[in-house]
Amino acid sequence: MTLSPMVHVWSAILFVAALAVIGEVMIASGMRQLGDLDDIRALHGLGGAIGAVLTNARFVIGALCMALNFFSMLFALSIANLSLAGPAIAALTYVGNAIAAKFFLREKVDRRRWLATMCVVAGVILLAR
Amino acid sequence: MKHVLKPSQYAILLAIMLTASVGDSFLKRGMDQVGAVNIHHLGLLWHALFNPYVDIGIVLLIGFFATYTTALSWADLTFVMPATAFGYVVIALMGRYWLHEHLSLSRWMGILLIVCAVGFVAGGPSRTEHPELDQMDAGVGR
Repeated sequence: MTLSPMVHVWSAILFVAALAVIGEVMIASGMRQLGDLDDIRALHGLGGAIGAVLTNARFVIGALCMALNFFSMLFALSIANLSLAGPAIAALTYVGNAIAAKFFLREKVDRRRWLATMCVVAGVILLAR
Repeated sequence: MKHVLKPSQYAILLAIMLTASVGDSFLKRGMDQVGAVNIHHLGLLWHALFNPYVDIGIVLLIGFFATYTTALSWADLTFVMPATAFGYVVIALMGRYWLHEHLSLSRWMGILLIVCAVGFVAGGPSRTEHPELDQMDAGVGR
């Protein structure tokens, strides 16, 4: 049984968006864990701040996901049009980030932030037309 | 607790908006000069590293990642997100006023919506408080 090309395209788009969401949430979680980098820099210097970031496991996993996201994006763009894949991936990533931020990072995503997310999604889609 | 951003933190948000979009534009210009890269011409990627536009683009994107990471150390992901989206607005406006491209009505609407999004979150706190989670993290990360 062969899957339709549209299934392939949307699977790739969903995969790329999911990697971006996981990467960004892991990086955000790692940075929340570390605390304000300005304070760390004031105490341990720039090298200490860079060292603290690069030795944070969540940050490293997040950065790896973002690297994988970059290469899977290249693959997605080889099977889908940029005009479809670009805004679709960006829009899904913004919505996914807001949902993940609420449930995994426990951010208070109030009406104001949901409205902002929806404006960003609609804005990105309109700009890509 | 109400978080008030310091001028240096506003500068970080501005850098996020500018570095990603300008970096992408430099990369695009450089890769247009290098030519199309495909599986049979992977050597071109090495060649691309010697293109000054590509190099400036890479430096700006490293700057983006550094400033984005810094912002996430004092702000919520949902607060920083519209700032990253503002990069699309910068690209569209660069196309309009630098490259003299035509911007359709729908693109102007898109710009307006993203500007509204930035306005919505900028009016709220940069970080929402949840002491129990911060307490849990404090023991693990430092």
